[in-house]
Amino acid sequence: MKRQWINWPAQVAALTRFAFWSLPRRKGSVAVTVVGIAGVVAVFVGTFSIAEGFRQVLQKSGAPDRAVVMRSGADTELTSFLRREETRIIADAPGVRRRRGRPLCSAELFVIVNLPKRKTGMDVTVPLRGVHSEAFWVHQGVRLVAGRRFVPGRNEIIVGRGALAVCRGLELGSQVKLGRVRWRVVGVFEADGGVEESEIWTDARLLQSVYQRGTTYQSVQVQLESAEAFDRFQAALERDPRLNVKVLRQTDYYADQSRVVTRLVTGLGGLIAGLMALGAMFGAVNTMYAAVAARRRELATLRALGFSGGPLIVSVVIESVAIALAGGVLGGAVAYAGFDGLQTATMNWQSFSQVAFAFRVTPSILARGLACATLVGLAGGLWPAIRAARVPVAAALREL
Amino acid sequence: MASDPIVRLVGVSKRYHRGAETVRVLEDLDLEIDRGEFVALMGPSGSGKSTLLNLIGGLDRPSKGAAVVAGRRLDRLSDRELARWRARHIGFVFQMYNLLPALSAERNVELPLLLTGLDRAQRRRRVRTALAIVGLVHRRRHRPNELSGGEQQRVGVARAIVSDPDLLLCDEPTGDLDRKSGDEILALLEELNRRFGKTIVMVTHDPHASARAHRTVYLYKGQIVDRIPA
Repeated sequence: MKRQWINWPAQVAALTRFAFWSLPRRKGSVAVTVVGIAGVVAVFVGTFSIAEGFRQVLQKSGAPDRAVVMRSGADTELTSFLRREETRIIADAPGVRRRRGRPLCSAELFVIVNLPKRKTGMDVTVPLRGVHSEAFWVHQGVRLVAGRRFVPGRNEIIVGRGALAVCRGLELGSQVKLGRVRWRVVGVFEADGGVEESEIWTDARLLQSVYQRGTTYQSVQVQLESAEAFDRFQAALERDPRLNVKVLRQTDYYADQSRVVTRLVTGLGGLIAGLMALGAMFGAVNTMYAAVAARRRELATLRALGFSGGPLIVSVVIESVAIALAGGVLGGAVAYAGFDGLQTATMNWQSFSQVAFAFRVTPSILARGLACATLVGLAGGLWPAIRAARVPVAAALREL
Repeated sequence: MASDPIVRLVGVSKRYHRGAETVRVLEDLDLEIDRGEFVALMGPSGSGKSTLLNLIGGLDRPSKGAAVVAGRRLDRLSDRELARWRARHIGFVFQMYNLLPALSAERNVELPLLLTGLDRAQRRRRVRTALAIVGLVHRRRHRPNELSGGEQQRVGVARAIVSDPDLLLCDEPTGDLDRKSGDEILALLEELNRRFGKTIVMVTHDPHASARAHRTVYLYKGQIVDRIPA
């Protein structure tokens, strides 16, 4: 009989097939590993979906054709300070879009107030923003969904949908004490999921008076003629000897704002997921050692029949990765079902205020979760596989 | 012209190291087996029968000496080359059958053919032929746990012959069977030797089994002897 002898990949395929056929006999240990890895991936995906949700909120709030102007040296609106004259110079700068002859510049005041959290009753900090009517042109996503706008000069506020969801006492028509003053909630607004939804807005002049800020503001939000107009606008302001300001593209400003929280969340979450992954990896190692031990007779027999050690190693690793991936898919599905779209709020450490956001389980995060599972499977399967292939066939058959 | 022996062992020794202790399993052993022979290996436990069978089958290498089987110096082959050589030249029959429990009889018999370039239809034909030889075509879809010991061993024999190897190595093939089933397996091996010219080396403790062979090689304390001392 003339025979052609098959190559490595075909041996790997055959050995892998046998491994899968024997899985039902090992369903207990396999299930434990699948669930362990599912837990790792669920934590991993959950953590990154928090960071992603937070990042998306701040990203949605920015546009490349909008700019934020603050006092030079200030990192956030909270630490910034601008006089009224300065805001007027800014409004007259080149590159600012105009509407019916008026510059689309919104000088804004930004203070932090305490309100009880709806779920726990504990005080959380919420941004209270003082704005003029131009703000509704510059913050283009802001739309009233209930009630009306505040009337300048009256103790009236409108609240973002996120702030309403997170805090008690902000329901439409209710009165709430902020600082020393009672305010009536006259409207609820949304902002396409942007950071403004976590804020409360009121009349800037009234807020200056209540908080004794004179005629000062903290930032100017500017609608530019185009994204390309930014450089011209920035150069004009930074050259102007009457001003001492920094000019940021809004997208850069919010990217910077999200950095601390996303790093904190991904760092801590990564650490937790990493520790869990280590545990799951040992689980996978155990499972694969048990699998190899349970199949010792089979593997020795297959090697006696002519299957090589190399394909055996690869097949055990493939089995381990497949088990890990099953855990990964389960964990990803659980995380998606449980977390995606889940509304919550966290502190933005740069503005010291709550930002409402939803967990976002994206395909990229799920892919990273599966990659994490694959790594656990690879690391968990490799040593048992090598050990299985290194046992001399004669010795393995003798021990049966 | 007489053909070269299919097995030629010259000055073969096998030693194992157990900590500081050296265990001498086979000592300076010479053996030749001709093509078409049916040889029984007998000896008390620990005499080195299975080790000798493993050396002939390329599952182990001698510590010293030359092992030439089916035209190759086995002591000079790498693990990978040995695996390939085994697949091509050797059919193993184990005492405990060593069938894969998740596979049906025909899938078990097919295993050695997965290492060949035969397509599925060719493999199916060969599997059927092998199962017909051992009289188990009707039980081909059954898993090992649905077969009796004798039937399982017949599947083991079918797996050993399906790739048409030069040499069948049987390690106590009747050791786990009752007398009737054992006789059926011995009769089958005899037929394979007589009708198909298969060279068979069979380790056994059973004089009744060795009586079926053309020749019996006795091993005692790692050496070939004329007869086992009382």
